[in-house]
Formats: sequence, C-alpha cells, structure tokens
Amino acid sequence: MGEPVLQLEQLRKRFGGLVVTDDVTLDVMGGELHAIIGPNGAGKTTLINQISGLLASDSGRIRFAGRDITALSAHARARLGVARSFQITSVLSGFSALENVALAVQARTGSSFRFVGRVAAEGALNEPALAVLNELGLADLATQIAGELSYGERRALEFAIALAMQPKLLLLDEPMAGIGREESLRLLDVLQRLKGRLPIVLIEHDMTTVFALADRISVLMYGRVLASGPPAQIRADRRVVAAYLGDELE
Amino acid sequence: MQMSLKRLRPHDGVPIVIFLILAAIPVLALIRSEDYLLSLFERLMIFAIAALSLDLLIGYGGLISFGHAAFVGLGAYAVGILSAHGVHDAVIALPVALLSSALFAYLTGVVCLRTKGVYFIMITLAFGQMVFFTASSLAPYGGDDGLTIAARNTLGGFAFFRSEGSLYYLIWGCLVGAYCFCWMLVGSRFGRVFRGAKENALRMETIGFNVYRFQLAAYVIAGMMAGLSGFLLANATEFVSPAYMSWQRSGYLIIMVILGGLGSLHGAIIGAGAYLLLEEWLSAFTEDWKVIFGPFLVLVVLFARGGLLGMGKDLVRRLSRG
Amino acid sequence: MSGTLVFVQVLNGLQFGVLLFLIAAGLTLVFGVMDFINLAHGVQYMLGAYLAVTFYLMTASFLLAMVLALLAALAFGLLLELTVFRRLYDRDHLDHVIVTFGVIIFLDHGVKLVWGSAPLSLPIPDLLSGSVRLPGGILYPAWRLVIVAAGLATAILLYALIAHTRVGMLIRAGATHAAMVSALGVNIRRLFTIIFGLGAMLAGFAGILIAPILSVEPGMGDTVLILAFVIVVLGGIGSIRGAFVAALVIGLVDTLGRSFSVDILRLVMGPSPARTIGPALASMLIYLLMAVVLYFRPTGLFPVKGR
Repeated sequence: MGEPVLQLEQLRKRFGGLVVTDDVTLDVMGGELHAIIGPNGAGKTTLINQISGLLASDSGRIRFAGRDITALSAHARARLGVARSFQITSVLSGFSALENVALAVQARTGSSFRFVGRVAAEGALNEPALAVLNELGLADLATQIAGELSYGERRALEFAIALAMQPKLLLLDEPMAGIGREESLRLLDVLQRLKGRLPIVLIEHDMTTVFALADRISVLMYGRVLASGPPAQIRADRRVVAAYLGDELE
Repeated sequence: MQMSLKRLRPHDGVPIVIFLILAAIPVLALIRSEDYLLSLFERLMIFAIAALSLDLLIGYGGLISFGHAAFVGLGAYAVGILSAHGVHDAVIALPVALLSSALFAYLTGVVCLRTKGVYFIMITLAFGQMVFFTASSLAPYGGDDGLTIAARNTLGGFAFFRSEGSLYYLIWGCLVGAYCFCWMLVGSRFGRVFRGAKENALRMETIGFNVYRFQLAAYVIAGMMAGLSGFLLANATEFVSPAYMSWQRSGYLIIMVILGGLGSLHGAIIGAGAYLLLEEWLSAFTEDWKVIFGPFLVLVVLFARGGLLGMGKDLVRRLSRG
Repeated sequence: MSGTLVFVQVLNGLQFGVLLFLIAAGLTLVFGVMDFINLAHGVQYMLGAYLAVTFYLMTASFLLAMVLALLAALAFGLLLELTVFRRLYDRDHLDHVIVTFGVIIFLDHGVKLVWGSAPLSLPIPDLLSGSVRLPGGILYPAWRLVIVAAGLATAILLYALIAHTRVGMLIRAGATHAAMVSALGVNIRRLFTIIFGLGAMLAGFAGILIAPILSVEPGMGDTVLILAFVIVVLGGIGSIRGAFVAALVIGLVDTLGRSFSVDILRLVMGPSPARTIGPALASMLIYLLMAVVLYFRPTGLFPVKGR
C-alpha cells in the first residue's frame, strides 16, 4: 500500500492532572479503514480532535500525506482534505440540507470572499451538493431545514457534508450512535462503498460494525494504544479480550 | 426572543414601501411647511444606516458589538476636525471618515474577534469607551462640549450638502445604497459563510473556513458603513460631540436593531425609525419620557418576540385569518 | 512630582480599586454563575448612595442610615430579580443587555423624578471627618481609609464565604459548571437569588461608602459600571480573586495615570502637547491594558470556567 496517509507520532495531551493521550503512535494507510475502539473515557474523541486540529497536542507530531500538520489550524487541515463527523451531530441547523452540503462544496471551490452574486443560485455549488445528497438517499430532504430533520437524517447529512469536501481522510466519531436500525444500515452501506476509496478512521462501539468493516483495529485504553492490528489478531489478543472485548463479544 | 435565522426570500416589498415613504417626506414637509420634519427624517435615515450596519453584525453574524457608536463618532469627527482646519470638501472628508472607521475597526477587530460571548461584548464596549474618552479630552476640538462645524461639506466645490432638500436625498440615496449593499452581501458567498459562522462556527472551521478572517472583514465593513452614517450626521447637524459615541448611544443602536426584529435588513430601518419617532413623540409629552421608554424596552424584549416586525407579522397573520 | 504626592495617589488608587472591587465582585459572580449580563448593576451602586442620603435625612444617624440603606438596597435587588431578571436566565445575552439597559434608563431618570437632578451629599460622621497622620507626615482623609478598611474587610469576608462555607462551595461550583450543580439536585433558583442579592448588597455598600466624598447624582453608576465590567473581564468571569487583583490594578493604573500622565509625558515631549495628550492617554490607559491582556488571554487572567 506504500506510505501511510496519516501518521501519529508520540502524541501526548493532558488536561491538568489527567493524561488523556499517552504517547500514541499509529498510522493509517491509503484506502484503509482503521477502527479505534476502547471503553468510554479512553480518549478516542480527544484523539480525533487532535487529528482534526480542534485540540492542540502537548507534544508529538501528526503527519498527513507526508506533511507535518501539527501546527496547522483546523480549517487549514480541512482544506488539505481532513474531514470529520462529530460524536454529537453538528450541522447548520438553520440552513437547508442542500445549503449545508453546498457550503462544503463552496469551501473547496474558489474564493468565498465574494460579495456579489446570489450564492443560493450557484449551480456550480448546488449540483455537486445534490449529487452527494442523492448518494446518501437524502435528495428529497434537500430543501428542508436541517434543524427539522430527524436525528438519523442529520447524521446522514453530516456524512454528506464530509463527503462533499472530497476528503483525503475521513474521521468518523461514533457515526452509528443513537440512530435507528434502518438508518444505520444505510450508513453501513455508504461506509462499505467508501471503503478502499479513501482512508477512514472510525471510532465505534458497535463491534459488529467494527469487525465487519475494519482493515485494522487499534485499541485505546486510558489514552494509550493497547494493541493494534488486523481484526483477527485483536480478537485473539488476550489483553484486549480481558480488558475490553470480553463483555462485548459475549 | 430567539435569534432565528431567516431564510432569504425575495423581499416582501416592505423595503420598497419604506423607501417610497421616505422619498415622499420632503414633499409632505413642503406642503405642511414643517421644516423640522426634514431634519427629523434625515436623522432617522442616518441612524437607519448605522442600525443596518449593526444588524449585519448582530443579526447575521451573532457578533453583539456594544461599541458600534464609536464608528459613527469617528466618521463625524473626521468631518469636524477637517473642517476645523479649513478642509471642507467631501472629496477629502468622506474617504477620511471611511478610512478612519475602517482602520479602527480593523485594529480593534483583530483583538475583539479573538474573544467570544460576554468577553466580546465587553471588549467592544471598552474600545468604544476609549474613543469616547479620547474625543472628550481633545480640548482643541471642543472636548466634552463638542465642536460646531462652520459649514457643511461641499462636493468637489458644489454646495450639494448645503441645501436641505439635496442633503435629504443624498442621505436617502446612501440609505438605499447601504440597504442594497447589505442585501447583496448577505446573499453572497461571503454572506453565507458569515451567517454559517453564527450558526455553528466549529462546523464551519472543520469544513475549511477561516471564520476569523470572515468575521474581521464583516466587522470592518460594518464599521465603515457606520462611519458613513457619522459623516452624514456631522453634515446634517453641523455639530460633533463625544456624546455621538457614548456607550449609551451604542446601546440605543442595539435597541434599534432589536426593536425592528432581527434576521431581516429592513427591520433595522424600521427599528431606527420606531426609536426616533417614539423619542420625538414621547418627549412631546414629557421631559421624562425615558422613564416610560425604559420599561417599554423591557416589555418588548420579554413579550414581543421578533420585535416590531414580528409583532406586525403576527398581526397580519391574525387579521388574514379573522 | 514628590514622593509624598506619589504615596497619596497610590493610596487613592488603592481606595478606588477597593471600591471597584465591591462592585465588580457581585458582577463577576452573577456573570459567572448565572451567565447573566447585568448592566443594571451600576444603578444598584447609585441607589445605595441615594438611599443612604435619604435615610440620613430621616434618621440623622449615619450608622442607622447605612444599615437601612444596605437593607433597602438588598430588598430592591431582590425585587428586580424576582420581577424581571428571573425570566431572562434562559434567554440569550442580547436579551439580557436590552432589558438591563432598559432598567438603567428607567432608574437613571426615575431617580431624577424622585430626588431631583441636583447632586446630593452625605456628610461624613464627625468622628471620621478629619485626617489621619500617616508615616512620613502625610495627612490623609480618614474616611478614605475607612473605605479601604471596609473594602478589605469585605474582601476577606467574601473569601471566607466562598472558600469555607457550603454556600460558597456551591457558588464556586456554579461558576465552573452551573448545569452540573443543578443536575446534582441543588436548588439552583435559590442559589441564583442569593448570589444576586449578595451582589446587590455589595454594590449598594460601595454606593453608601462613596456617598460622603462624591456627589450623589443621576447616572453616577454608569462610568463605574464600565470600569466594573473591564475588571470582571480582565480578572476572568466568575473569579473573585481575579476581580480583586484586577480591581486594584485598574484603580491604581487609572488614578496614577490621571495624576502623572502629563508629568511622565513631559519627559519625552514639550509641556503643551503633553498637556493635550496626557489626559486623553490617561483615560485610554485602562482600555489599552484590557485589550492587551485579552489579546494574550481571551478569557481573562484567572479564568474559572471548567472545560
């Protein structure tokens, strides 16, 4: 597969006396779906926040496509192609579904320091946006206000926003959490289709999803990487089973 | 009152009606020989421009600036100071007014926009105070008492500003222009990012937008527009004083924006109009009209969601149902 | 610029700072715990002064007037909280700003109706109306020392309250994370009322203390309010310690700046420009200070909010 697309080197982060990221080193290859699992409080979301640039690490390096992005801001990383979803769905509630996605297209298409022209009518933005919404089965909801969508629909919308960025790395923070069966099947379907096309870092608690999709799994515990490898290896790893998977697999 | 985001629809026709009414005022004044009407509505339109610029920040950007009157004052003092030194031409005075407010907006915006919430409100208030105190201590330019301007600006030698009628329509033109500019801005690419930042700044950052740059640009634009209104104010009243930029004035500007209803541009114009007309009307009753105005404000906020526009819409809805 | 003059001005600065602390303390708690922007805090201060004058005229006893004024200020603050402010806690900041601004307008002018616009004064009790001889042979007004002493005593009491009592613990918890405190079953409404009342009393107390040396007039709360805000923001919202430090700094910077700006500027420029720029610079000084601090620490010197 060649060079890793994402490299985390000895990342450390502490909040006061609490160490939330403890010397984390891991990498993600191109086209790989790399799942990160671990109990609540293990520091998974904090790790994603550091990768996406919302949180500054105390020490360590983050490399993306060979480039050191440790000092880059969140928006700069987004421009480089790092897209993410949030644990608690974060969309623009007052805007329509279409506008939400169109904004993501706008961010990567030309300059937004334009004061003339009605952006809502820009086909160059709306068409790609509609296409992404279509891919996720949300096309009929295009003109609906995002705040009025169901939770599952908003989750799917967040996905659409991430995809519309044409990302080179996708960070997903518990995308299956809190949504119904039908919607999770739909998202699963999307993930299956995306798998292989771009590197994905997936935080999930649902083990069926994880073992079905992941090429590699890293187990995070108290901020440290306990084990990292292909699903079969993780499943067989005594430490992991004892510490975390034991209950999950029963 | 919820700061709900109003989706852009083709204007309801309300702004056009407003502009037509405003354009007709001088005719009315002529018929009734009431000259004070002209100066009242001149001030109304001037404050409407300032309120529009603040509405951009508060209504569309979620940036509650409590020092906006400072820009009005800067524009006004540009005229006053230049006039005190014998420079009367608008060709110089206007760019100076606009540039000084833009520069002040940029320098203070750089600091202010690093803060959020209450901190932002306070720091804008503080910067407004800074300008206020500076103006108050400028003894050569009147200090506390203010400065009377010898004569209004000329426009490249023409006494455009000096006839009441042409000044009125000049201000009217500026208001219409400001409104159109804001309308265009809000619906543009820039505007959508700015509005999105109010909605969910974090989301915008992770999509790839440097929210800070957009907010700074908007802050400078709004500052400049308020500077324009100050330039017009100095010309209309032929007087400048630190009171133009007191924090109370900044507060009244916010009230104008709220009174009309957030989330629409013509709301700012309506709010400015309502405030000034209310002030005129109430002060005719009693000198202590503010004792009534205070509780009135409290009641509007507590009970009239969406400001006057909201109340108007409710009324229209109820009437059409009945 | 003599040493004694500097010393006197330092004392004045401390006295001013201590007074500002009394006002800022209540404000920072209300901001911090209740997330409520109370622009009307300055009128509490003004009312304290007016009430002190009125009760003195009624009772001719300074002490009695002070006590009654304090109680009346508390009552008034609680009344405001109950009737108006209580409905605003769940609203956004803009609503707070407008409503409390409306209250200021109402009271600034209401006070004019009740007491007239002419400035009033409160005579200092004879016992304390003289001057005290300080080391170095300086004569300093006794009442100003009373203010410093009263302010410091209040600061210590406040510290004891916040750090060592149950209510204080709730206040500290509330300032860090109000929702959590509520979720833990604490009657948050009652806590809010207590905090608001405390703040109103402190501001009223400051007004009572200043009444003998400053003229009591409508709108006297407004300038002080802005300074109190600067202090709250500088010190960090919700932090009493921050408010104390910031208040003293502001008090000193403002007083010393105003007294010596012209002299300091004379060192680098001629007397005439110094006399023009000096006062202007002095009044800007605090705001410049605040801007610089906020640039490097956007949440103040001692931020309290939990992550």
